[in-house]
Amino acid sequence: MEFVKPTIEYAELAPLLIVFGVAVVGVVVEAFAPRPLRRPIQLTLSSAGLVAAFAATVWIASGLDVVADGAARGLVAAGGTIIVDGPTVFLWGLVLLFAAGGLMLFAERRLEGGLSAFAGQAAALPGTEAERRASSEGLDHTEVYPLMMFAVGGMLLFPASGDLLTMFIALEVLSLPLYLLCGLARRRRLLSQEAAMKYFLLGAFSSAFFLYGVALTYGFAGSMQLERIAEAVRNDGGNSELLLIGIGMLSVGLLFKVGAAPFHAWTPDVYQGAPTAVTAFMAACTKIAAFGALLRLFHVAFGANRWDWQPMLWAVAILTMLVGAVLAVAQRDVKRMLAYSSIAHTGFLLTGVLGVQATSDLAVGEITSLQAVLFYLATYGFAMVAAFGIVTLVRDAGGEATSFERWAGLGRRSPLVAGAFALLLLSMAGIPLTAGFVGKWAVFTVAMSAGAWPVVAVAIAASAIAIFFYVRQIRLMFFTEPQGEVASVVTPSLFTSSVIAVGVVGTLALGIVPGPVLDLAAHAGQFLR
Amino acid sequence: MTDLPWLTVLFAVPLLGAVLVALLPRSSATVLKQVGIAVSLLTAAVAVAIAVQYDVDGGMQLTETHTWIEAFGVHYALGIDGLGLLLVLLTVVLVPVVLLGAWHDGDEDPRAFVAWTLALEGLSLAVFTATDVFLFYVVFEATLIPAYFLIGGFGRVGRSAAAVKFLMFQLVGGLVLLAAVIGLYVVSADAGTPSYLLSDLMALDIDTTAGRWLFAGFFIAFAIKAPLFPVHTWLADTTEKATPGTSILLVCVLDKIGTFGMLRFCLGIFPEASEWATPLVVVLALVSIVYGALVAIGQDDVLRLIGLTSLSHFGFITLGIFVMSTLGGSGAVLYMVNHGLGTAALFLAAGYLIRRRGTTLISEMGGYERTMPMLAGLFLLAGLATLSLPGLSPFVSEFLVIVAAFDYHWLAGAVAVTGIVLAAIYVLWAYQRIMTGPGRVDVEAAPGATGSGAPDALDGSVTPGRATPGSATSGAGGVALAPPVAVAPAPAATTRDLGVREVVAAAPLVVGLVLFGFWPMPLLDVSNPTVESLLSHVGVTDDPPEVDSSTAPVGDIEEGH
Repeated sequence: MEFVKPTIEYAELAPLLIVFGVAVVGVVVEAFAPRPLRRPIQLTLSSAGLVAAFAATVWIASGLDVVADGAARGLVAAGGTIIVDGPTVFLWGLVLLFAAGGLMLFAERRLEGGLSAFAGQAAALPGTEAERRASSEGLDHTEVYPLMMFAVGGMLLFPASGDLLTMFIALEVLSLPLYLLCGLARRRRLLSQEAAMKYFLLGAFSSAFFLYGVALTYGFAGSMQLERIAEAVRNDGGNSELLLIGIGMLSVGLLFKVGAAPFHAWTPDVYQGAPTAVTAFMAACTKIAAFGALLRLFHVAFGANRWDWQPMLWAVAILTMLVGAVLAVAQRDVKRMLAYSSIAHTGFLLTGVLGVQATSDLAVGEITSLQAVLFYLATYGFAMVAAFGIVTLVRDAGGEATSFERWAGLGRRSPLVAGAFALLLLSMAGIPLTAGFVGKWAVFTVAMSAGAWPVVAVAIAASAIAIFFYVRQIRLMFFTEPQGEVASVVTPSLFTSSVIAVGVVGTLALGIVPGPVLDLAAHAGQFLR
Repeated sequence: MTDLPWLTVLFAVPLLGAVLVALLPRSSATVLKQVGIAVSLLTAAVAVAIAVQYDVDGGMQLTETHTWIEAFGVHYALGIDGLGLLLVLLTVVLVPVVLLGAWHDGDEDPRAFVAWTLALEGLSLAVFTATDVFLFYVVFEATLIPAYFLIGGFGRVGRSAAAVKFLMFQLVGGLVLLAAVIGLYVVSADAGTPSYLLSDLMALDIDTTAGRWLFAGFFIAFAIKAPLFPVHTWLADTTEKATPGTSILLVCVLDKIGTFGMLRFCLGIFPEASEWATPLVVVLALVSIVYGALVAIGQDDVLRLIGLTSLSHFGFITLGIFVMSTLGGSGAVLYMVNHGLGTAALFLAAGYLIRRRGTTLISEMGGYERTMPMLAGLFLLAGLATLSLPGLSPFVSEFLVIVAAFDYHWLAGAVAVTGIVLAAIYVLWAYQRIMTGPGRVDVEAAPGATGSGAPDALDGSVTPGRATPGSATSGAGGVALAPPVAVAPAPAATTRDLGVREVVAAAPLVVGLVLFGFWPMPLLDVSNPTVESLLSHVGVTDDPPEVDSSTAPVGDIEEGH
């Protein structure tokens, strides 16, 4: 077998290289820079890295070559392992945008009286003298910035992977730093560490599933490359059991990451236990990256045997929506409620994913499955990041106050913050004139066009249930008399307030003039095969 | 002049007004309310300007069409026809009436009350002028947000639960409608290019089965909105807990969207399915008429009572729409306007009364006729309008609907007629219990609450409760009931008669009721072309009259019943 030296398209891979480069430099900074300088250096590095990567993404997006008769744009880079096409750059843009939001939440220090939301010294056992000393000395973990940049790098690579091994590596690169970040909360550290442990164990388990799926699919297709797999699927090599089991195993790995039922069990615990800034980052960016990979895998590699996997996705989508919506009703904690709501959103997104149709079945100008899901991810990201940002502000003596009783009457004490939260909830509920409505409309429409009306019917029912708990939260904030101790809103620094402001403005703007972003998603074209 | 986007201006004025009010300082409640009234009057002026330009036989006019979301085939498309014009005019009349008449309804937070009211007005006007189904859906759902905050923020104990119930019903209906709207996109995309324009959709040849499913989606949503039996249960709870002013906005404006939607979208886009569903809808409408009236008779809470009478009236409107004749259609359109005027007057009178007495329970009222003759007169007039007394405008519409119902099937007509009898019972019996008879003397009345009758700065004639001790009205005058539920931060019970503000607020309604009772032709001239074109679209032609008198001139108010 002849070894061919791969050519690396440095320019088109610039966002990946920048982000990973910054992460590596960040580790070096941790090793050599004196403690007081670390935070400003890390913050400058990370934000510059994200901005540069975003600028590079925009530049790449504007210069993508049109291929495949205009249906797609982009190129296959790094010897076929990375595919830089329209959907990839769209997802890169989203991930980088919301990662910047996450970074600003990470950097917030006013809420904890001059300290970050992360543990002073993660190695100090909770409740020990070492912990108290770390706290009194005002120690701070600045490792969170390089960790986050590694995660972002993984998230950029994940939806761009052109073969299954790269996809697996990207999955690990994005997951491992997240496991760690989840365990670094300054307050309620045991809860946080428990969350990290659960996330890690279940995540490792699901990664193993994914890897096994990779092996089986290789057994079927004789290649890791998505396009070769697609070719093998089209030619139907016989061993369809291998393929089906392989698809199933790969799906487990990916569905775990997006938090779809029945692989959702980690979501509420992790979302609740992790520092809220991490939750915001994770909820938005991981889901975007994982849905990108899911779409690419199913549309590109397994597009030809849609009829095999669509029923499975039907079942998963239905289950996910119902589990998310119904269990959210039973929650008494804002973070857990948002976690279940995010599970329900996963179900809605899957509804969009399963709405894939052959291009020939679509009318001119009709919305495509990919376009719908990409748009929904954008609306979802804005709402989630801003909502968790607001959660960090509502505090009492013990830190963030997330139980419902503490939120009672918040609308009278802080109308602006409660109003913003209400708007975000209305968007998640899918009320018109907010982004969530347009997103919901888009994913439901593509599913309906593909004939998945039972899924749409369940989705409508799940939306109705979901509306109940969103409205209950609004009622709690505006019309419920507070009893006992209540939380109040702490004024944040510019970091958190701008994240919330951008989220709210984005939610409104995408609700009233969704055209440009929809066009952008349409312009992204199809996946490059 | 004609280049001005009139319809955009029409609903932008109250929306901007709402934003303006929200930005004003909270300090002076009076200024806030005055600004609110000024904005609503300005809106009314715009509506009048539109009405002046309106060409009765011009079909859909003053249209504006711009691409909004190209990917969805969605347009920002507005237009107005006879049906839309009448409802727009009704809305712009009722909002200032509410703001003026229900002056104290929003005293807990006047800024929020006025702002949400104006927002609701603007969104409702957008609903009545939208000619793109997607745009319609968006504003249709968006009206719920101000409505929710109006119900949840103002009114009696239990209002936040009532607001949630209201919202859940409406949103479930909205989601069913969403499914149908999405289905419409798929049908439209299958036929070529996806488009949500009403004109494109009306030209669409929809498969029979798909059409019936989509019709069901639209109809269920509108039936919940209207409301129609059996999805009406939110109505009485909402009107009971909300303030009378909010109820006027809800029942007289917002609920009209339901029947408006049936006419414009169910009949317009799904003519075949509408005809197919007629028997079921007629039965539901008849059940609503009788059931609503029967339940209304049994109510002790005056606000619940009025809410339930509306259930009966919406039954009449729906019946008029679905008997599929020009007579019924015109009657239904007219009924929407007249019901708006009559029920608003009734809610207004009830609101005045409740504010004076501090209770909504009929069993705790009585004998106010002598102390408050003007209020009693207003209540009686509104009540008589509700029971369709000849000479008042609802009579004309009810007569048309019933004639059309007899045309459809004698049984339908016969059942509908019982609605009139029952209406007479609930109105007159309520009037008798509230206004006539000896005044009540309740010994257990809380002493502290007696006769403090704080004069209302804006109400001219003030008669504090204690001013007439020993007279024949002492019973009523001296009574101060500790209200079982707080209505508003109202002063304790008084029996002063209507003040200037209250009379001015009620005047347009009274004038409308009497004027259109004797001379309904302007309304019919506006509505008839729309109804005729709609029904010809459905493919229905009226049966030739077998007896001349069955299509008697509608102005003939001598026709009793």
